[in-house]
Amino acid sequence: MRYIEPHAHMVSRVTDDYERMAIAGCEAVCEPAFWAGFDRSSAAGFYDYFRQLTEHEPKRAAKFGLKHFSWLCINPKEAEDVKLAEEVLALIPQFLDRPNVLGIGEIGLNKNSRNELKVLEMHVDLAARYRQLILVHTPHLEDKLKGTRLILDVLKNDQRIRPERVIIDHVEEHTVKMVLNPGFWAGMTLYPETKCSPARAVDILETYGQERIWLNSACDWGVSDPLAVPKTALEMKKRGHRTAMIEKVVYRNPQKFLSQCPKFKV
Amino acid sequence: MTKQQVLDLYFLDARHKLIEVAAFLDRVDSAAGRDDFRLKAFCAALGELKGGKEKARRVLLAFSDPTSQPITLAKGKGAVGAWSGKRG
Repeated sequence: MRYIEPHAHMVSRVTDDYERMAIAGCEAVCEPAFWAGFDRSSAAGFYDYFRQLTEHEPKRAAKFGLKHFSWLCINPKEAEDVKLAEEVLALIPQFLDRPNVLGIGEIGLNKNSRNELKVLEMHVDLAARYRQLILVHTPHLEDKLKGTRLILDVLKNDQRIRPERVIIDHVEEHTVKMVLNPGFWAGMTLYPETKCSPARAVDILETYGQERIWLNSACDWGVSDPLAVPKTALEMKKRGHRTAMIEKVVYRNPQKFLSQCPKFKV
Repeated sequence: MTKQQVLDLYFLDARHKLIEVAAFLDRVDSAAGRDDFRLKAFCAALGELKGGKEKARRVLLAFSDPTSQPITLAKGKGAVGAWSGKRG
């Protein structure tokens, strides 16, 4: 079954993963800017990273017939340094016209600090001024509930932001409703131990419906699975869900959201 | 799905995970030294399994930071899985 992987950190994955994803039916992979596992020492580090996302990764993906798209930002884990964040945000506009750039992301919060919040607001302002889609990271584990509430306040307080152009990722049972109710999109991340399992993700789909919701693996340099989305499609099949419903969640929903950026074509 | 279908699909996996939880608690009990807020939070979250709807949601809430104000400074990057009870 064809699917779109809307959130994968392919810079940290081996080329074999692209092959496996293509074999599994992936047609496009979208890669938000994220934390490399260490703090970059300067804005120049981010400049090189943005080049990697917009020049190198698309070529790597294309070798397996995959389209590659990216999102740009300074991620929440590096957002405590506001001065660095300002320098990185100043770099972003020059990349926004690149053919595979979809918007600003993955912005959000990590430990829910004042500086992280300030940097989030700066990103939201940038996205609004340049009319970009927004992809949001909600914090991990015990910080997720508080962080999601703070993020929603920032987004709702900016009249320029339209909820249907924002995807709030890594939702779980205690945050999905507060994201969907005001009209935002919700992403469920199938990441071992710290986020959703395939079974729980399908439970959420059965409880809240299949509108404005997508699945992703967020595979990265940690223990994670680039095939988590097709495996969850299989979970839906095991429960007796129709092919049309499964394809809606793993293909047509991401296509619908991402096509709000005219560059997204699969 | 019917309850029977859910049990057919998931019972063995859930049984395995419950035994893992029990073994984890045995391991903590038999280890030396003191526990910390994580174990207290874990036991409180276990209490959410006793009855009522939306158990997964209630377990997640039991582990979550319930405060609403941003903290002054992020001193580290990682999360640990349970709220320590410290504010600011």
